[in-house]
Amino acid sequence: MGNISSKKLGRGSALFMWLVYLFLYMPIFVVIMYSFNTNSSNLTFTGFTLKWYAQVLNGDNLWRNMWLSLELAGVATIISVVLGTLATIGMYRYEFRLKKYLNALLYIPLVIPELVIGLASLAAFSKLGMDMGFATLVFAHVTFCLPYVIITLRARIADFDASIEEASMDLGANQWHTLRRVTLPLLAPGIASGAFMSISLSIDDVIISYFVSGAGQITFPVKVYGMVRGKISTQVYVISTIMIVSIVVLYVIGTLILRAWRKRHA
Amino acid sequence: MNKKSNRSTLRLILVMVGPTALWLLLFLLVPLVYVIYISFMTKGLYGGVQSIFTLENYKNIFSALYFKVTGKSLVMAFETAMICLLISYPFAWILSKVPKKASGLLMLLLMLPFWVNGLIRLNGWSNILRDSGFVNRMLIQLGIIDKPLTMMYTNGAVLFGMVYCFFPFMVLPLHTSISKLDKTLIEASMDLGAGPVKTFTRVVLPQTLPGIFAGTIQVFIPSLGAFFVSDVMGGGSSSYLGNLIQSQFLVARNWPLGAAFSVLLIIFTLVVLKLYTKVGSLDDLA
Repeated sequence: MGNISSKKLGRGSALFMWLVYLFLYMPIFVVIMYSFNTNSSNLTFTGFTLKWYAQVLNGDNLWRNMWLSLELAGVATIISVVLGTLATIGMYRYEFRLKKYLNALLYIPLVIPELVIGLASLAAFSKLGMDMGFATLVFAHVTFCLPYVIITLRARIADFDASIEEASMDLGANQWHTLRRVTLPLLAPGIASGAFMSISLSIDDVIISYFVSGAGQITFPVKVYGMVRGKISTQVYVISTIMIVSIVVLYVIGTLILRAWRKRHA
Repeated sequence: MNKKSNRSTLRLILVMVGPTALWLLLFLLVPLVYVIYISFMTKGLYGGVQSIFTLENYKNIFSALYFKVTGKSLVMAFETAMICLLISYPFAWILSKVPKKASGLLMLLLMLPFWVNGLIRLNGWSNILRDSGFVNRMLIQLGIIDKPLTMMYTNGAVLFGMVYCFFPFMVLPLHTSISKLDKTLIEASMDLGAGPVKTFTRVVLPQTLPGIFAGTIQVFIPSLGAFFVSDVMGGGSSSYLGNLIQSQFLVARNWPLGAAFSVLLIIFTLVVLKLYTKVGSLDDLA
């Protein structure tokens, strides 16, 4: 990438960069620190304890909310990835009259404030006489995850060699066979990053879930939102710490496995 | 192509694209159209919607009180976007300078915090910034101040929280734009005697304009609706458009008025997008 990338970072640039990261991570350090605090008032750090962890792992109510969030992210992501992969390949391969409109529809969740999607879903679901719960959460989550999956995948498929598909067809494979054996494996990395994006978006969502969750089915972020006016319990800090540590661990394990796999197949 | 293969192609299109199209139609377009419909209806006695046409809701949102809230929210969203730009532009620039392997990791570090919910991270900030928080205690201990500075529960704190939540979203489009920059043009400009300032304003800035606009939209629009930031950082008294819509819908249960405000947000979004398509492509927004 020419001159710019080969130059070493100046001291000022490096300092600025690390300050931005400090800004980003500062509250996370606080959250992790208070998760080990003996005193639950979150006012001062009085000493180190693991008692909140023991409490959470023994089955705190909050853990149920977290499970609901994970389940929701799982279900919404599976639906989004299946629908999104099919649609991306279909839109890439074929020309059809309504494509332009479908494209426009895809961009709505990316640009419109989430608040509007949330209340529109609530209004429409209750007009249809549905009770807010897991189903409405899944419907709304897929609606905002699906476009992200498609757009992530589309970026990958753009630099995809169409001649491989043609070769497969010329060699006598039919369209389904080509899809299964040629197209999908080539798209796998894109599907993986789309899925990761979808899980992240779903787990983090407060605004849309706030509108469409029902009494018995409250996601972790919505539960936390309910506490925000008063005091956030230490258990919330514990679960957040577990989340971020597990994602780092999963990432490191994933990278190591991938590296070993590549070495073997190199 | 013969008729048979034509029909099987059509079937394939339907099978592949149909489910997504149907999903977005049912769960996105229909609800949005329904919101527009509600915005012209009358509020029912016990919070429902009565199908009686009225323009009252739109008259209401332009009343002095609400007009002020809308103005205040637009200003806040604009300030948020500009401060994010000041942080994100140099940051994205630096990211494009580091070797590719490191920049991947640094990018990951940028996204990692999202695994701790935004609400909780904002709560972490409120622990740091409140009267008895870390910053104030430190300043008092150092003897710089003798009474704690009130930082939390102010409009400044809301702005701070908005910037904190949204600036990573601006880094991504800027990074894409800056990475695409034609470096030979920069060298040519410098070789021809234009100084760094002139090179920046005449060469770099115009080329990265699509990234700047895309990033600004990524921050400006969501910050208009993000009611939870002012809930955590602003305390009870500060109300923005997002809080107003949320409370009309769920507390006051005046859906028609909430819907009219939502239509206002949709219109803002469309106007901003219209402006954007003059400089960049929609695909870069993702």
